Amino acid sequence: MPNLGNTPLIDELKSNQIRDFLEQGKRIDGRAFDEPRSISIEIGVIPKAEGSARVRLGNTEVITGIKVQPDRPFPDLGDKGIFICTAEILPLAHPTAEPGPPQEDVIELARVVDRGIRESGMIDLSKLVLVKDKSVIGIFADNSVIDHDGNLFDACAYSSTAAILSTKIPKWEMQDDVPVKIEDQESDAPITTIPVSVTMGRIGKHIIVDPNMDEWLCLDARITITTNSDGNICALQKGGKDGFTLDQLTKCGETSTSVGAKIREIIKQTKETGQ
Amino acid sequence: MGGRDTDLVLLDENGIRCDGRKIDEPRRIMIKAGVLKNADGSAYIEFGDNKILAGVFGPRDVHPKHIADTDTGILRCRYHMSPFSVTERKSPAPSRREIEISKVLKEALQPAVMLEQFPRTVVDVFLEVLQADGGSRCAALDAASVALADAGIPMRDMVSSIAAGKVADTIILDVNNEEDQAGQADMPVGYMPNLEKITLVQLDGILTQDEYKKCLETAIGGCKLVYEIQKKALTDKFFSNGESA
Repeated sequence: MPNLGNTPLIDELKSNQIRDFLEQGKRIDGRAFDEPRSISIEIGVIPKAEGSARVRLGNTEVITGIKVQPDRPFPDLGDKGIFICTAEILPLAHPTAEPGPPQEDVIELARVVDRGIRESGMIDLSKLVLVKDKSVIGIFADNSVIDHDGNLFDACAYSSTAAILSTKIPKWEMQDDVPVKIEDQESDAPITTIPVSVTMGRIGKHIIVDPNMDEWLCLDARITITTNSDGNICALQKGGKDGFTLDQLTKCGETSTSVGAKIREIIKQTKETGQ
Repeated sequence: MGGRDTDLVLLDENGIRCDGRKIDEPRRIMIKAGVLKNADGSAYIEFGDNKILAGVFGPRDVHPKHIADTDTGILRCRYHMSPFSVTERKSPAPSRREIEISKVLKEALQPAVMLEQFPRTVVDVFLEVLQADGGSRCAALDAASVALADAGIPMRDMVSSIAAGKVADTIILDVNNEEDQAGQADMPVGYMPNLEKITLVQLDGILTQDEYKKCLETAIGGCKLVYEIQKKALTDKFFSNGESA
């Protein structure tokens, strides 16, 4: 990696230690290879947003706010509402994070999180139409990373998902071709499935789930796989400077389903206890 | 895409697709190496209705200097779509999609290029989509590999790329634009055929574990076909008419 000045670096000693540990079947923080860090989810943290969540994945922390507002549909999708997901690493999240236009890694982050939720069909967008081709409801999920300790993909995905599950959709009625909000009438978001992403990294021949920052900086390659409530795969993204064998990718696919199922339960429980 | 409503028959009862292809048949692929005079290496690909130019410069001095790496050369990649490449004019400014694809393609090429031989330098790969059809990132990656080889940059392997996908509950090779829009899944794959390593994989759409595996295998099979066409493009340039490199 070129040192862009805004890229985190890792000591060679620590990097060697991580690799040595893996050879002995251990991880630097004591986790099993297929064990994600502890996940805690709070919802309703931003009452002014229609939905919100704060997720801690180990020491990585993300706040997601959902804003819901009427908008024009995309020209070729007049019978569907809008879903847009963004991400930002706030400058307070890490010493190397800087304000400014998003770098390619942040654009990738937002697009991978967006794709996981969109392709799973989590939100039934056809239920968000006010007037076909004219006016639809838009759901905007904005992720703010406030502490960066690696694997922002999963932290942002869980936070967005939990926030969407907690979202209340206000009611709008068309009056003179303009959507007017009807006070005190809201409904749950039209949810069809709960997507869960699992990001796995490869260091040498070892594949580890949910790499922390130190591990992240040693990765040869990584893959993010999102599965839906049926355990089927709905989105994939490979990254990193090297590749995977077919065998490794097949195993990663299976891991994403098994690990994802456990995480899905954690996200579901938040919804239930939080209400 | 989750499968949009459409009248288009994606797969008929004889297993023939909307553009007349069989399920495991790629579109027409033509690659020509060495099409630009100024670039150190170049290639032009026609992949279905995709028309893409690839130009490679380097290894050369890095600007801005501070991004140079004293341990290795670096790779930069720009995937760009011409404003006239699509039905509705596209703004020439790089979109978020193009920035993401540039990054993904860079990471797909990186394992193949022996950058460690050229510390403090950069290899620039410029990809210009003159006309876009489905699967432009795969076609761009195919052209980029040929252009890198044409530039004489040491490589461990070629990167060959094609997509597999799912339409009408069937796994198919090489997803075209209509199939991407109306089909159930699209999975672009980049593969190093000799090292047997997958360096690009993305997915839009829903697949079971079995379909996921079949999709990967189908795409790898397709990559091996593309690899032969890439090799031919290079032999045609360097060894045609008894001329040697």
